Amino acid sequence: MVAGLLPRARRAARGRDGAPAAAAPGRGAAVSLRGVGHAFALNGAPLPVLDDVGFDVAPGAFVALLGPSGCGKSTLLRLVAGLEPPGRGEIAVDGVPLRGPDPSRGLVFQDPTLYPWRSVFGNVAVGPEARGVLGRERGRVDAALALVGLSGFAEAFPHQLSGGMAQRVALARALVNEPPLLLLDEPLGKLDSLTRLAMQGELVRLWREKGFSALLVTHDVEEALVLAQRIIVFSDRPARIKADIANDRPYPRHREDPELVEARRGILDLLGTP
Amino acid sequence: MRDIALRSGAAALPGRGEARRAGVPLAPSLVAAGLAWIGLAAATAAWPDAGDFGCTPEFAGALAALGTGFLAAGLLPRPLGAAGRRLRDWSHWLVALAALLGLWEVATAKLAWLPMPFFPPPQAIVEVFVDDYARLADSVWHSLRLLAGGYVLGAIAGFTLGVAVGWSRAVGYWVHPVLRFVGPLPATAWLPLAFFVFPSSGSASTFLVALATGFPVTVLTWSGIAGVNKAYYDVARTLGARESFLILRVAIPAALPHVFVGLFMGLGGSFAVLVVAEMLGVKAGLGWYLQWAQGWAAYANMYAALAVMALACSGLITLLFRVRDRLLSWQKGLVQW
Repeated sequence: MVAGLLPRARRAARGRDGAPAAAAPGRGAAVSLRGVGHAFALNGAPLPVLDDVGFDVAPGAFVALLGPSGCGKSTLLRLVAGLEPPGRGEIAVDGVPLRGPDPSRGLVFQDPTLYPWRSVFGNVAVGPEARGVLGRERGRVDAALALVGLSGFAEAFPHQLSGGMAQRVALARALVNEPPLLLLDEPLGKLDSLTRLAMQGELVRLWREKGFSALLVTHDVEEALVLAQRIIVFSDRPARIKADIANDRPYPRHREDPELVEARRGILDLLGTP
Repeated sequence: MRDIALRSGAAALPGRGEARRAGVPLAPSLVAAGLAWIGLAAATAAWPDAGDFGCTPEFAGALAALGTGFLAAGLLPRPLGAAGRRLRDWSHWLVALAALLGLWEVATAKLAWLPMPFFPPPQAIVEVFVDDYARLADSVWHSLRLLAGGYVLGAIAGFTLGVAVGWSRAVGYWVHPVLRFVGPLPATAWLPLAFFVFPSSGSASTFLVALATGFPVTVLTWSGIAGVNKAYYDVARTLGARESFLILRVAIPAALPHVFVGLFMGLGGSFAVLVVAEMLGVKAGLGWYLQWAQGWAAYANMYAALAVMALACSGLITLLFRVRDRLLSWQKGLVQW
């Protein structure tokens, strides 16, 4: 087991991150990135943030993208969401090249970014409403709220919620379209440590229940180890893949698990942190 | 330890409540207000006027009636409904008002310290309301009609333009310079031009009021739309939103707090333009009434019209605040008007 957790060659884990036994089969999307590069313009000069990034995500896999702050992981996630086209390379979901954002790819940010003028129900209903099917899919909104345990707060407004509750609403909003791919951009980054632990368990539960593929951006090694089946470690900006680590410890995982503790040490070494 | 502290705290509370319930005149300041108003009524009636003013007995009677009302409300063991509670909240103001009215009455009607006819006593203003209410009401009606027409037009045009400028780069390119050049010009500066370009003084004034409203509404709607958190759009786009959804359901609601600031500024500006337009061109409305009263040296009428105007403007601002509170109830920490 320990060997399986040690850093291995790039892309070595392809095919090893099959859907877990508990996940509903066939619901997750397959993602493939080929030679993706991207740069921002900073004071007129191009600032490269991604350099030749390529990997595949098997349907239903939970993959963490780990790297130092500001290395370009979040940009990568925006590209996969379709919010920006990549400067170079190609991204495809289920074999189809991306063309703009799509409800089949849910996105959760570090900030809940709820609409303050809408109730909790109204926020979760944005998906069906934007697609013009709210009349038919009210039940889905209720189901999504129930899924994150907020059925009793449908009428509340965002300013009345705690940080953890707001982030749950954001999760329900991303899940209401039942997306085969969920993109998580440090979704627990701003929560207090207790809420964070609870939400980590919650994320694993939702993933196993719904069977979507999950792509989690994080800079917290422990969080990546507790949640993901596979951890892709990025270098500093411009981000390149430094290591691709399979993690097939069974769920539910415990952060005190000696194998995870050892893997954590290995990854921290890799990131250049003593 | 904690238990004991709680129990002693709990014991102290009902004690204070009982002391409160035991006091008999429950609203001493309201009783004082009642007595002050009755005293003012007595002084007004008994002290002979220095000049010839109509309505002095009627004015004294009204003061006495109000004072008796306050006194009765103050002596009641419990306030009567919401109105009674409000009266108690305002009791200090009622005492102060009696003092101010008394000072005014003495300085004008009783001792004639202030020169007549520029500073009429309160009863002269009461007399205006009694004698000239029809003309005043007609003026209010004309002013409101003109204001409503211009304000609604200006608000709709300003809002639409603001959204267009904030959303579309192309519209912004063409409108922004015009707005910067022409917008800061006070609407009243257009007055001479408007009065000969437009077919009637009414339509000219409507245009001017609309202009005064439109500029701040445009600028603030625009800045509201431009300041919307970009992540709001990202969220909506990943959920399948089209551009119409982004404008109508994301950008506009997010910009509404700014839009209301523009609507408030526009309302204030429109009052100013309305009064000037009525003084200079339109032969009706409160602005015209002010001008007319001054022309006839009917200063009491002028004060009466000013009072009505203050009431109307304040009422309209209050109305706008109510609308805002309803629409923006999701916002925290709204200013209370």
